Amino acid sequence: MTLTISPPAPVEAPPAEVPRPRRRPSVRRAFAYLLLVVLSVAVLVPFAWMVSSSLKLDAEVFSVPIRWIPAEFHWDNFTRIWERIPLVTYLRNSVFLSLVITALQVLTGSFAAYGFAKVRFPGRDALFLAYLATIAVPWQAYMVPQYIIMQKAGLVNTHLSLILLQAFGAFGVFLMRQYYLTIPDELSEAARLDGLSEYGIWARIILPLSKPALASLALLTFVNTWNDYMGPFIYLTDNKLWTIQLGLRSFVGLYDAEYAMIMTGSVLSVLPILVIFLLGQKYFVQGIATSGMK
Amino acid sequence: MTVTLPASPRTQVGRRRSNTWVGWSFILPNFLGFAVLTLVPVIASLALAFLDWDSYSTPRWVGLANFERMIHNDTFWTALRNTAYYAVGHVPLTLCAALGFAVLLNQRLRGVRFFRTALFFPYITSLVAVAVVWNMLLSPELGPVNQFLRAIGIDHPPGWTTSTTWAMPAVILASVWRDLGYYMILYLAGLQTIPGELYEAAQVDGASGWQRFWNITVPSLRPTTFFVLIMLTISSFKVFDLVQVMTEGGPGRSTLVLSQVIFREGITQGRFGYSSAVSMVLFVIVLTITVVQFQWQRRSER
Repeated sequence: MTLTISPPAPVEAPPAEVPRPRRRPSVRRAFAYLLLVVLSVAVLVPFAWMVSSSLKLDAEVFSVPIRWIPAEFHWDNFTRIWERIPLVTYLRNSVFLSLVITALQVLTGSFAAYGFAKVRFPGRDALFLAYLATIAVPWQAYMVPQYIIMQKAGLVNTHLSLILLQAFGAFGVFLMRQYYLTIPDELSEAARLDGLSEYGIWARIILPLSKPALASLALLTFVNTWNDYMGPFIYLTDNKLWTIQLGLRSFVGLYDAEYAMIMTGSVLSVLPILVIFLLGQKYFVQGIATSGMK
Repeated sequence: MTVTLPASPRTQVGRRRSNTWVGWSFILPNFLGFAVLTLVPVIASLALAFLDWDSYSTPRWVGLANFERMIHNDTFWTALRNTAYYAVGHVPLTLCAALGFAVLLNQRLRGVRFFRTALFFPYITSLVAVAVVWNMLLSPELGPVNQFLRAIGIDHPPGWTTSTTWAMPAVILASVWRDLGYYMILYLAGLQTIPGELYEAAQVDGASGWQRFWNITVPSLRPTTFFVLIMLTISSFKVFDLVQVMTEGGPGRSTLVLSQVIFREGITQGRFGYSSAVSMVLFVIVLTITVVQFQWQRRSER
């Protein structure tokens, strides 16, 4: 299932000898079209408002009636914001955390998934069940013990705490295992007969075959980490360690009347995600469909 | 691992032992982190609920005292009620919106790909941006939503996040907007599995579009709906970050939810025992929903 997949075989095509129902579907189609456009516009309005406001003066944001296209485009909002808040620091922290967590999650997740999917040993299935069971437990139910552990280890208010908390999640293991199960065992059997070690099979055979799943996992993890608010909110108190999400939130709290600048910051926080999403949307959707439906 | 030749017992034992060794070596790097930071906390949270433990005191076994305090605590009940309120609004609205868009987008229309992409995007938009934009859109005096409502003749539109009665609907509105794209993708995947012949046959029999929707689409999507329903309900009871950023539980306690109580009691105040009792309630609710919905699904399949 992908966003780009074409819909199933045409439903509306009537048998050749019956020309009659030609007109009705086209009326229905026009109606469906209209409905779709109206609803989609409604869904996209918040984005339009965000972009439009980011290019206005503060006083112009709440105008009556609404001006969707600014009278004058204030592109300087996008240069001034870098002086108002330490945006460079925030972005650097977000990029750092997202990259490290994604790399570790993909690496350890795919490695562990090989153990669960392709190596048979006693206790394996019980262990996997433990992984599955924790996916079902809401994170909020164990965030306090997690916090106590981090506090005892002296890791509160460090990036390391977030890396440790998010890099070893069960989700990556689960997603990769589901994919590995679809790779036929004959491949690894053949490689084993050729004398390749299990690690060699993982690195040379399974990994190259699972590029789409790796891409899905990497993109989903990256975006989740980038957008994460609660983790940094709970663990990071030092301004220098803040991510773009925390920085934006604190800016809103401090200067709640600088509407245009707030929207400029919002646009900047969403932009990287938009680029990544447009480049890899196929993998996003595949990732959701596999992790969701199985 | 298949063994084609009859191997001697000794090599079999040896192979199993080496397999165990190899298997664990693959799992270990992830398992170490997982065990210390997920498995141990999950188990610990069960025990913590029966302890009297503040950040400054030593843990002491107190049995059910934390739960007793909880059921006499007004804030707990408010948060539980608010969380249920959120779920009752969020689940059906998101489900209907997701299904509606999926059905619309499953047709052969020009530009369908663009719409799918656009509708999915709110789901991966950063939460702070979502909360900030919706707070402005819903601004009581000059916000675009209320301007629109006045334009269509509603003289006293709601105060949204500034009003105790309308703050929760405002949060629900933003959350439905954010989540519908995700569930739409799941529904689109479900729709692809319905054979086209079913619709052709119904059309030959003269069934209207509405009848086809109710008699073919809805029953065929039952497994998807079941899954969506579980996911939605669970995520509703876990709601945390959107409320935290959009209203911080206010005005007053009108949007305070369970996760916030756990956070405030456990992490801000350092009451580890009491907060774990509240998190156990959250866990039991989520577990019950899952079990009940599985049972219901199994029964309706018979």
